[in-house]
This record gives sequence, C-alpha cells and structure tokens, in this order.
Amino acid sequence: MITLTWLYVLAGIAFTAFALLSALDRTNGKRFGNAAFWGLLAASFFFGGYLSDFANGVLVLALVGIAGLGWLGRGDPPTTSLEERLGLSKKFGNALFLPALIIPITAFAGTILYNYTPFGESGLFETRWVTLILLGLGVLLALIVCVIWLKPPLLAPVDEGRRLMDSIGWAAVLPQMLAALGAVFALAGVGDVIGGIAGGVIPDGNVFVAVLIFCIGMALFTMIMGNAFAAFPVMAAAIGIPFLVIDYGGNPAIIGAIGMLAGFCGTLMTPMAANFNIVPAALLELKSQYGVIRMQVATAIPLLVCNILLIYFLAF
Amino acid sequence: MSDYLVLSGILVVIIGFALRMNPLLVVTVAALATGLLGGLDFVAVISAFGAAFNDNRYISVVWIVLPVIGLLERYGLQQRARAVIERIRGATMGRLLLLYLLFRQVTAALGLTSVAGHAQTVRPLVAPMAEAAAEKTHGELAEDKREQVLGMSAATDNIGLFFGEDIFVAIASILLIQGVFQSYGYELTPLQLSVWAIPTAICAFIIHGSRLLWFDKRLGGPGRGRP
Repeated sequence: MITLTWLYVLAGIAFTAFALLSALDRTNGKRFGNAAFWGLLAASFFFGGYLSDFANGVLVLALVGIAGLGWLGRGDPPTTSLEERLGLSKKFGNALFLPALIIPITAFAGTILYNYTPFGESGLFETRWVTLILLGLGVLLALIVCVIWLKPPLLAPVDEGRRLMDSIGWAAVLPQMLAALGAVFALAGVGDVIGGIAGGVIPDGNVFVAVLIFCIGMALFTMIMGNAFAAFPVMAAAIGIPFLVIDYGGNPAIIGAIGMLAGFCGTLMTPMAANFNIVPAALLELKSQYGVIRMQVATAIPLLVCNILLIYFLAF
Repeated sequence: MSDYLVLSGILVVIIGFALRMNPLLVVTVAALATGLLGGLDFVAVISAFGAAFNDNRYISVVWIVLPVIGLLERYGLQQRARAVIERIRGATMGRLLLLYLLFRQVTAALGLTSVAGHAQTVRPLVAPMAEAAAEKTHGELAEDKREQVLGMSAATDNIGLFFGEDIFVAIASILLIQGVFQSYGYELTPLQLSVWAIPTAICAFIIHGSRLLWFDKRLGGPGRGRP
C-alpha cells in the first residue's frame, strides 16, 4: 500500500536536492545556511518518524536558529530571461498549460475514481491521504512529461524549484511550526483558561449577546491560535453547549456548523494562519507580508456579522 | 492568578508579530514560555514541540510541486497565462476572480480541497491572469495596485476554500464538530452539519463576489475609454 511515508521520502529527496545545489551555489553568499536549512528539513522527512521526540525538538531548534540568525539567503540559479520566456511562450503555445493541469487533474480524477469505483477496493492508497498521495503522483507525472517534452538542462527542475523555495524561505516551515505551537498550548491548558474568561462574561438571559460572544470568541481565539480547529472545542465547551444549546435550547447542528465558520472568518485575519496568509505573500513576492490579509479583512468582517445573524435567526 | 500565566505565550506571539521579529523565533519562544509556565520541564517542552512538528510534516509536503511549477515558468507559463487573458474579450480581473471563487467553492464542496492552491494554481495561473486582465482594462498598474491585485488573487483562493469545504461531509472540521458534540451526548450526523454550511457559503460568495466586481471599478485608470 502506498502511504504517507512514501510521500515523505519524495519530499526528502526534493529537499536533499535543494540542499546540495544550494551548497554549490556561489552566487549565494549564505549558501551554507540554505544548505543546512533545507538539509535539516530533508532529514526530518526521511528520519523524523524514527527519531525520538526530543531529537525532533532539537532539529526544530536548529531550523529556528538558522532562520533567526539570518543565515538564510537567496540563490540565483541560471534561468531564462523575460524576453526568452515571451519567445518560448509563443513557441510552445497553450500546450504549456497541460503539464500544469496534470497535477490537479490527477488529484481530482484519481480521488473520484478511488472513492466511487471498485478501484478503491484495491487498497492501493492509504485512505486518509488519497488526495495528497495523488498530488504527489501528479507531480511525478508532470515532471516526466516536462522533461521529455521541453528537454530542459539536467538540473533545471531542481534549480527552478530551489529558486521558488528560496523566495519563500523560512516561511515554508512556519505553518508546521504553528501547528506545533498549538499542540504545546493545548498541553499547557491555554484553551481552558480562555474558555473560562469567555464563559465568565456572558450575561444572564440574553440570547443575542451570548451568540455574539460565541462567534466573536471563535474568531478571536482562532486568530490567536491560527486555526479554528483549536478554538472550536474550547468555545463549544465554554459557551456553545452550556449556554446556547442547554440553557437557550438552540439547535446543536446549526450552532456547531456555523460556529466553526465564524472561526474561519478569524483565520482570514491573522498572520498565525501562515500557510493561508503569509506563505502566499512570499510565494507571490509581495512587498508586504500582510498583503493577503489586507485584502481579506473586508470580506471576513461582514461575513462574521452574517454568521452571527444566521445562528441567531436559524438556531432559535 | 497562576492560571493566567500560561497565557504569556499569547502575549509573546502578539508582541513578536507586532515588532515584526522573525516569526519562527517568536513561535518557538512562545512555545517554550507557555510550556515552562504551564509546569512542564525543559526537556518535556522541547519533546512536545518536536513531536507535534513531526506529526504535522504533511503540511510541508506540498512544496514538492515547486520543481514542476518553476520548470514551466522557465518555459513561459506565466506569459502564456497572460496572453490567453489578453485575447478574451470582456475578461476583467473581477469577473475572472469571481469565476475562480465559484470554481474553488464548488470543488471544495465536493471534497477536492487539494486540486487548487497557492503553489499549484495561484502563483502560476490565477495571479498572472488577474494581473493581465487588470492591465487590459485599466492600463499599466501602479506598484501598490499591482500588490492589491496579487493579494486579492490569493485571498480569493482562501475564501473559496474555507467557505466551500465544510459543505463536504467527510472534511476534518465537520468530523471535529461531530466529535465535540458527541462527547456532550449530542448525536449529529455529518450531513446534518454540512447542510448548515450552505447559508454561509452563499453569503461568502455574495460578499466577496461583490467586492471583486467593485474592485474592478475602484482600480479606475483609463477605464473611461474601455473598448
């Protein structure tokens, strides 16, 4: 069976290649910093499952040390100029979209086939990770097609990948770090304290104010934690279930479903949700790392208001 | 009072982000402070942090798409995406992103959350197309306007994903809601929960969609002499 571990090996190979070519790249004054950073990430993908928790923790501290001391630079591997790209884009035409579409189509069609046809009974893929595994498969297919069709120089795929990777830099591991921070918060009981505070400010007998505090609490706590998953159990336990469902007789399905979505409004407004908000700013090479959040706030706030009204009018 | 000490990590995060310190450093200091003040010893905190980092490796797997995207960019993919938009009559940035919003919401509602994304679709296709469409109707973009167009492309991907995925019954957040309510004795089915994600999905489409169309107008520029 193809499992998530196979995908980790693939990622490990990619990061090893980034690290090796980074180490040899004399255009980057900080080349050994980059090599060490991507190399450690490769080690995490290859061996993370075999290392002790403490050793993994030390690996994380080393990654943070490299980034925090400013040892990460940007490589400038050889590539085509803008004029050349305009020419190549004319030469290859719209067929250039096909390899790019192989990745989503493999993931899309593969997931559908696996879930709705007898193909799924083959047990070829680890069920929980089907789409992600198919994404990896799509990447390999697209890479093979590109190499055969475009005939790039041997190391071009690694160099081009490394160029994008360096432009993202340390932000590439921030989402994973924030998930780890969430786990430490949970272990230390941060959620219970926040829930206690939120539950303590609910006035007696006013359904609307209780809904308001539930939804705004979901959004704010989501902004602190970076994802609504950490906020939901806390807010449901502090306000959603004892006040909205038990005391005021609200519909639990509506309160649960829309309460979670109120949290998603918070996700749109926080740098803690790095994979959605900070990483794309780096990926699009925006000047401000908050360039994506800025465009989302004006959707998030009215939508939060909608969620408050929806719960108030539909659940009671 | 000592209970509130564990909230110091949150304070570290807020101050660190406000002072624009390196986020990796901020997050690590916050984790150490929270763990130590929450009564764990140093080794236990590092171990918990390392274990959670390791369990979440799947988040960073998505970077394996970069060699393909980079290779296609080397051969002019972004320029091609722009050329296609320049040829379509009536294509504006707002309409293009509105269509992408709908696509992202519908595919996410079918459980296909990984078919699109910032690395797979926004950087190579959606962002250059939106930029080309904006330049077509509004002329050369000033730097701050260009940043807004690119930011809006990424924002549209997020909003489509967030307010589509919960309509799918087997998504993690729906299972989490079900689990939480179950532990308090409320038996809810995933379908019962996912249908109630539909009203918010419609609101999100209306609110963000209107903003996209309005953004077209706000960009202004030589729009007066529109072809």
